[in-house]
Amino acid sequence: MSFVFWLLAAITVAGGLAAVLLKNLVHCALALTVVFAGLALLFLQLDAQFAGFAQILVYVGAVAILVVFAILLTRSSETPKDGGVFSRTWGAGLAISAAVFAVLGWVVLQSEAGLPREISVPNVTVLQIGNALMGRYVLPLEIVALLLTAALIGAVIVAMHEKGDAK
Amino acid sequence: MFTPQITESAITGILWLIPALPIVASGLIALLKQPMRRLSATLAIGSLSCSLLLSLFAFGHVLVGWARGSAVRETVNFTWIQVGTAHVDLGWILDPLAAVMLVMVTFVGLLIFIYSTGYMAHDENYTRFFCFMSLFAGAMLGVVIANSLLLLFMCWELVGLTSYLLIGFWYQKPLASAAAKKAFLTTRIGDVFFLLGMVWLFAQTGTLLFYNAGMGSMEALKLGGLLATPSGLGLTAAGAIGLLIFAGAAGKSGQIPLHVWLPDAMEGPTPVSALIHAATMVAAGVYLVARVYPLMQAGVQFSSTGEAMGTTTALTVVTWVGAVTAVFAALIAVAQNDIKRILAYSTVSQLGYMMAGLGMGGVAVGMFHLITHAFFKALLFMGAGSVIHGCHEEQDIRHMGGLKVEMLGTFIPYAVGMLALCGFPLFFSGFWSKDGILEAAQHWSIAKTPFYMLVFGALLTAFYMTRQVSYVFFGNWRGRGEPYESPSVMLMPLAILAFFAIFLGAIGTPAWPWFRAFLEGHAARFDLTGFRDPGLLTLMATSSVVVLLGLAIAWWTYGDKRVKAEDPDTLERAFPTIWTLLEGKFYIDELYGVTVIAFYAWWARVADWLDRRVWGGIVAGIAWLFREGAQLSRLFDLNWVDGGFDKGCEELANSGGLMSRIESGRVQIYLRLLALAVVLLTAILIWSSRG
Amino acid sequence: MTGFATPLTGYLLVAALLFAIGLAGALTRRNAILVLIGIELMLNAANLNLIAFWRYLPHPEALTGMMFAIFSIAVAAAEAAVGLGLVISIHRHAHTTDLDEMNRMKG
Repeated sequence: MSFVFWLLAAITVAGGLAAVLLKNLVHCALALTVVFAGLALLFLQLDAQFAGFAQILVYVGAVAILVVFAILLTRSSETPKDGGVFSRTWGAGLAISAAVFAVLGWVVLQSEAGLPREISVPNVTVLQIGNALMGRYVLPLEIVALLLTAALIGAVIVAMHEKGDAK
Repeated sequence: MFTPQITESAITGILWLIPALPIVASGLIALLKQPMRRLSATLAIGSLSCSLLLSLFAFGHVLVGWARGSAVRETVNFTWIQVGTAHVDLGWILDPLAAVMLVMVTFVGLLIFIYSTGYMAHDENYTRFFCFMSLFAGAMLGVVIANSLLLLFMCWELVGLTSYLLIGFWYQKPLASAAAKKAFLTTRIGDVFFLLGMVWLFAQTGTLLFYNAGMGSMEALKLGGLLATPSGLGLTAAGAIGLLIFAGAAGKSGQIPLHVWLPDAMEGPTPVSALIHAATMVAAGVYLVARVYPLMQAGVQFSSTGEAMGTTTALTVVTWVGAVTAVFAALIAVAQNDIKRILAYSTVSQLGYMMAGLGMGGVAVGMFHLITHAFFKALLFMGAGSVIHGCHEEQDIRHMGGLKVEMLGTFIPYAVGMLALCGFPLFFSGFWSKDGILEAAQHWSIAKTPFYMLVFGALLTAFYMTRQVSYVFFGNWRGRGEPYESPSVMLMPLAILAFFAIFLGAIGTPAWPWFRAFLEGHAARFDLTGFRDPGLLTLMATSSVVVLLGLAIAWWTYGDKRVKAEDPDTLERAFPTIWTLLEGKFYIDELYGVTVIAFYAWWARVADWLDRRVWGGIVAGIAWLFREGAQLSRLFDLNWVDGGFDKGCEELANSGGLMSRIESGRVQIYLRLLALAVVLLTAILIWSSRG
Repeated sequence: MTGFATPLTGYLLVAALLFAIGLAGALTRRNAILVLIGIELMLNAANLNLIAFWRYLPHPEALTGMMFAIFSIAVAAAEAAVGLGLVISIHRHAHTTDLDEMNRMKG
C-alpha cells in the first residue's frame, strides 16, 4: 500500500469524522466537501479518472453547495438546543454502526485470500465510456435522465412556497 | 233349554239408548243453573220414563219370544280396541235376565225420582241431585245390558262413583263425606279382585264378551278351556276367576267382610238410600254373579231334568258368605236405633239371602228375591224418608212413636213392605221369594247349616222389623213438635210399590213358577200340583211359624207400649252385654280401624318418609350435584375460559402497546432498526454459509 | 507501507469505515441535514467500493464498476436535491429541523 493511499485515506476518514461530529453545521458541510475531494483523489489513484472528475463535478460542485444552501435556509432554529446536537440515545446508533463496521471488516479480512492481487492498469478512455453509455447502458442512461428530470421538478415543487404561506 | 237366537231385532239395536238417555240427561242437567229445578227434574224423570218405555218394549219382545218357545238372547258386539291380533270387544245383550232387571231398575228408579221431587223440595242443591241420580240410573242400566265384562266393569265403576257423589251429597257434613269415602274405598277393595279376575279371564280366553256366537267367555267352548286349566289351591281357572269376580260383587253388595260401608252410606239423602242401597246398586253385585253364573257353575253335571248335581267351590263360597252375612247383619239390626240403619243392615242381610240363593238354588232363585226385595225395600226406605220428613228430620226411633194416627198414608204401605220383608205367609211377595231360597237350602247337598242359619235369620228379620214398626208407628209420640203427613207426590210411589210388594209374589209361586221358567227358557204352567211336593208344604209351614214367632216375640216385647225416649231398650235391660255387642255392630269397624287402617296409615307414613327423605333426598342430591357442577362450570368458564381469554387479549393489547413503541415517529429510530436488521441478517447469512 | 495482503483490502476497509461513520452520523445526529450528510457519506463509500472492485477484478474493460459508480453518483445527486428540498419544506412548517421532535407519525 502506498503512502499516497494512506494519506488520502486518512484525510477522507478525518473529514468524515469531522462531518459527523462537529457542532457547527457549516463546518460539517465543509468537512463533507473535504471527504468528497478525498474520494475523488482516491478514484484518480484507482485509475478511474472519469469517475473521479465526475465526483468532483457533481459532488463537490453541486451536492456540497446544495447542502450549504440548505443549512443556510434552515438556520432560523439556530438557537442553542437543549440536549446538544446528538440525540438522547446516541449510544444505540453508535453501537449499531460499530456492529456494521465489524461485520463488514470481518468479511473483508476473512476473504482476503480470495481477493485478486496486482492487476495491470486498465486503460479507459472517455470514448469507451461514451460508447458504453450509448450502447450497453443506454437504458439506464435514459432512466437516469428521466429520474433527474423528475427530481428536478419534484424538488422545486416540494420546496416551493405554498399559497398563503408566510415566508 | 235355550235355543238362543243370535239375530238382532230392532229393539236390541237401540237397546243402548236405555242407559244413554239418562246419561245424556245428566250431562244436560249439569249445565243447568241451580234455580232451574223444574227443568232438571223434568229432564231426569223424562229420560228415565223413556228408558222405562224402551225397557218395557224389550221385555215385551223377550216375553213374546219366550211365549213362542224360542228363548231370546240377542247381542250386539263391536270391537273397541284392536292391538295386533288381540282385540277387546264391547257389546250389549238382551235376554230374560237383562229384561227383568231393566224393567225393575227403570220402574223403581222412576218412582223414586218422582218421590224425590217431593223429598228434596227444600234442598237447595236440587239440580245437582237429579244430575247425579240420572247419571247413576244410566250407569246402572249400563251394567244391566253389558255383554262385555269390561263394559260392565266400566259402568260398575261409574255406579260406584255416583254412589260416592250421592252419599256425600251433603258434603258439608263431615260424617257424610267420610261415609262417601268409606263406601268408595271399601268397594274399591272388591273391585281390585274383580279387575284381577277380569284380566285373568281375558288372558285365558282372549275375550271378555259373555256371549258371542259360541266364542263368548260364558259359552261352552271357553268354559271348557277354563275348566281344563288348573290354578293354585286346587281350583280350576274357572273357579278362581269366579271367586275373584265374586269378591268384587261382595264389595258392591255389602257381604262380609266388606259390608262396613253400607250402614254408613245412610248419611246420604233417603231417595239415594232407597234407589242405590236398596234396590239397584247393591243388587248389581248379585246381578253380576247371576251374569257370570255359567262360569261359577262350570264343571257341574246336569241331570236329565236339568237339575244340577253337585256344586262348585265358587258357588259353595258364595253360599257360605251369603249365609253368614244374612245372620250377622240381622243380629246387628236388632240393636240399632236409627230408622235407616236398621233398614241398611236389613239390606245387607237380605243380600246375603240372595247370594245364598244364587249359590244353592241357581240364578232364578236369587234373582227372584232380588226383584221382590227391590220393590219392598225401596218402599220401606221411601216410607222411612216420609217418616223422617214428617218428624222434622228426626231419625232416631226412640224419638218417634204413635205415627200410625198422624201418618196413616205412610203407615199402610210401610206395614205392607215390612210384612213382605219378614216373609209373612202367602200374601206377600217376600214370603215366596224367601221360601224359594229356603227350599234350595234345604236341598243343598253339601251341608244343612246354611238352611238353619237362614231360618234363624228369618226369625231375626221378623223380630227387628216388628221392633222398628212398634217404635215408630205404635206407642206414644216421643219426638219434638208435631208430626205431619207427607205430600201425595211422596205417598203415591209408596202405594204403587206396596201393590207390587203384594202381587209380585204371584210370579214365583210353586204353583206357577213363571219367573224361573222365564229366566231358564222353558214353559211354565199354572199347576197347583206344584204344592204337592211333600217337603215343600212342610217348609212353607216352618217358615210361616218362624215368621209369626218372630212377630209375636217382638210384639210382646215392644208392642204398643208407652215408653220414654230415654228408656233403655227392653232387651238391653235383659241382656246388656249382648246388646252392647250388637249395638256396636260387633265392633268390626273398630277392628278394621286398628288393623287394616292402622297398617295403611303406617304404610302411608313410611311411603311419605321414603318419598321425602329417600327419593326427595336423591332428587335434591342430584339437583345439588347439578348446581355444584354448574358452579364448577361457571368458575371454570370465568377463570379459565373467560379469564384466559381476557388475559390473552390483555397481553395482546399490552404487546401491541409495546410494539407500537417502535412506531415512534422518529426517523432515526427506524433507520437504526433497519441497520440492525441488516447486520443481523448478514451475520446469519455468513454464519449459515460458513457452516 | 505494507499492511494488507492486497491493495483491494485497504480500499475496502476504508470504504467500510467511511460507511460506518456515515451510518453513525445518520443514526445519532439530531439535525435532519446531518442525516442527509451521513447518507451521502454512505453512498460515497459504496462508490469507492465499486470503483475499487472495478479496478482489481478481471475484465475492467467491461466498465461495469465504473458505470455503476457513475450512475450511483447521478442518482445520489438527485436524491440529495429532493431530500434537502424536503428538509427545507419541513423546516418551513415546523420551524425546526430537530428530528427528535418530528414524531407525528408516531404509532
